[in-house]
Amino acid sequence: MALGHHNDEKIVYVGDSRVPKRNLENVPPDYSAFPGRSEAFIPNFLLKEWMVGCVALVGFLVLTIAHPAPLGYQADPTNAAFIPMPDWYFLFMYQLLKYPYVSGDYVVLGTLGIPGVAFTALLIAPFLDTGKERRFYRRPIASALMLLSIIACIYLTKISWDHYQHQLELTGTTPEHILREEKAREAAEKAAQAGQNGGSAPVDPADLPLVQADDPAMSLMEGAGCLQCHAADLKGQGSVPALRGTGDLHSKEELVDIITNGQNGMPAFEGNLSTEEIDQIATWLALQKAPTE
Amino acid sequence: MFKGIYNWIDERLDITPMWRDVADHEVPEHVNPAHHFSAFVYCFGGLTFFITVIQILSGMFLTMYYVPDIINAYASVDYLQHKVAFGAIVRGMHHWGASLVIVMMFLHTLRVFFTGSYKAPREMNWVVGMLIFFVMLGLGLTGYLLPWDNKAYFATKVTLSIAESVPYLGPYIKTLINGGDIVGAQTLTRFFAIHVFFLPGALLALLGAHFFMIRRQGISGPL
Ligand code: HEC
Ligand code: HEM
Repeated sequence: MALGHHNDEKIVYVGDSRVPKRNLENVPPDYSAFPGRSEAFIPNFLLKEWMVGCVALVGFLVLTIAHPAPLGYQADPTNAAFIPMPDWYFLFMYQLLKYPYVSGDYVVLGTLGIPGVAFTALLIAPFLDTGKERRFYRRPIASALMLLSIIACIYLTKISWDHYQHQLELTGTTPEHILREEKAREAAEKAAQAGQNGGSAPVDPADLPLVQADDPAMSLMEGAGCLQCHAADLKGQGSVPALRGTGDLHSKEELVDIITNGQNGMPAFEGNLSTEEIDQIATWLALQKAPTE
Repeated sequence: MFKGIYNWIDERLDITPMWRDVADHEVPEHVNPAHHFSAFVYCFGGLTFFITVIQILSGMFLTMYYVPDIINAYASVDYLQHKVAFGAIVRGMHHWGASLVIVMMFLHTLRVFFTGSYKAPREMNWVVGMLIFFVMLGLGLTGYLLPWDNKAYFATKVTLSIAESVPYLGPYIKTLINGGDIVGAQTLTRFFAIHVFFLPGALLALLGAHFFMIRRQGISGPL
């Protein structure tokens, strides 16, 4: 009862709460004090905004369907050839750090100096530009500095992007997310063809079980280093194909040829492995077929 | 009936002043594109907020599938992108929204700058706005690693080597966000925590301050 209210108080509360009891109806606010054709935020203005927002949202959804978010191959820390690329809005910084006077011995200028000054200036802009004037053409210094910075950022971003494209061209690299989509499309087309020829639904070879998993060929392959690329479980990784299910793709003779002479990214093992060893591995790999149900 | 429910709640909690404070205000002529088309520049703040809401919602759905560890992260994103119904749309919204929000925020900042709206008495709101800007960049940076593909991994390595080159503090900063000597399991969980809990928390607090100040001071007057 310590919180109870005395009856002689002018304000009457709802129960023992601190909410004052009102008998007033909700009075609509009066905006007549504001000049110009102002309009109530809710519902008038917000309703129109929401309609525009809905149109924008639909456009945005169409974009996400037309351009799926990219995804490359799983991160491989040993991949030395990958060309690193930050998201586009960091490119201006990335490019800045490539210039001789802001990298190497002078990197402090690049990491702290220029960005530090620029961002601090932005952060405390109201305290640097203290004049009363608001129109940008009457604030030539502030406006000019801002314009110059914007132009510099756009320029650096463009240079950085062009440089990246150039590097891709030089090294003949296709960005992984594009490569991956292409492979997926090819696989889907193949599957569609197989479907037309009355074949069964395709399975990912990595999902197939190993046939005679305890065969000595497995330890031979481990010794030869095959597993480093084709993964310890032979499910493949990144752009290296799975070896599960190879028997469906290649005959034993073809397998001997691939292992002996290599093929694209696959190194030749002639000399590293004896003919008998290659034969043994190829025999076993040729057995790796999808189970017939 | 709704009026009845509203009055019942209002009698107990006195919510009318609260929502009036938030919602019931006027939109002056000079910021209303219906009257002056050029006033569309005043929409960028609202658009930034709109996309921020999309980011938060799509992000919440992403975490229903995403697994923040180095073995499963990539596989879970791959699964979401290619196997889950509408997964590609949810991920697409979050991915493209992340870029769009930066664009909108940039345009909003330029609007505030070139209309001189950061001047007295709105200095504090500008500073809060810049802090939001940095938080947004931080969200972009930490989110970039999460799919754990090569692009994510090597970009983060570059970022960390840049952070490391800061004099004196560099190595400490690197250890702090890296969680060890290499970009690995620790880095991923750290980036995940920062991306999903720390920065959004900071963002919501800052946005609260931003909107509170806008409501208190009103939008800046016509030029
Ligand atoms: C340097 C990494 C690497 C090593 C080591 C390696 N491979 Fe390969 N292998 C590849 C790549 C990359 C391909 C895909 C080549 C292509 O695209 O034609 C491949 C393809 C193959 C293929 C054909 C698969 C198909 O589906 O077409 C077979 C079979 C194969 N490797 C067996 C082996 C064996 C057996 C060994 C060990 C003796 C081995 N590989 C070691 C990288 C490697
Ligand atoms: C998530 C990011 C942000 C959101 C959602 C946001 C939202 C808003 C909204 C809705 C307004 C009302 C006016 C308008 O729509 O233009 C506003 C005003 C303002 N914003 Fe932001 N903003 C964000 C970031 C920023 C940034 C980065 C800055 C600059 C550093 C900034 C500085 C300001 C200032 C000074 C005002 C008052 C302007 C005036 O009264 O004319 N905001 N903001």
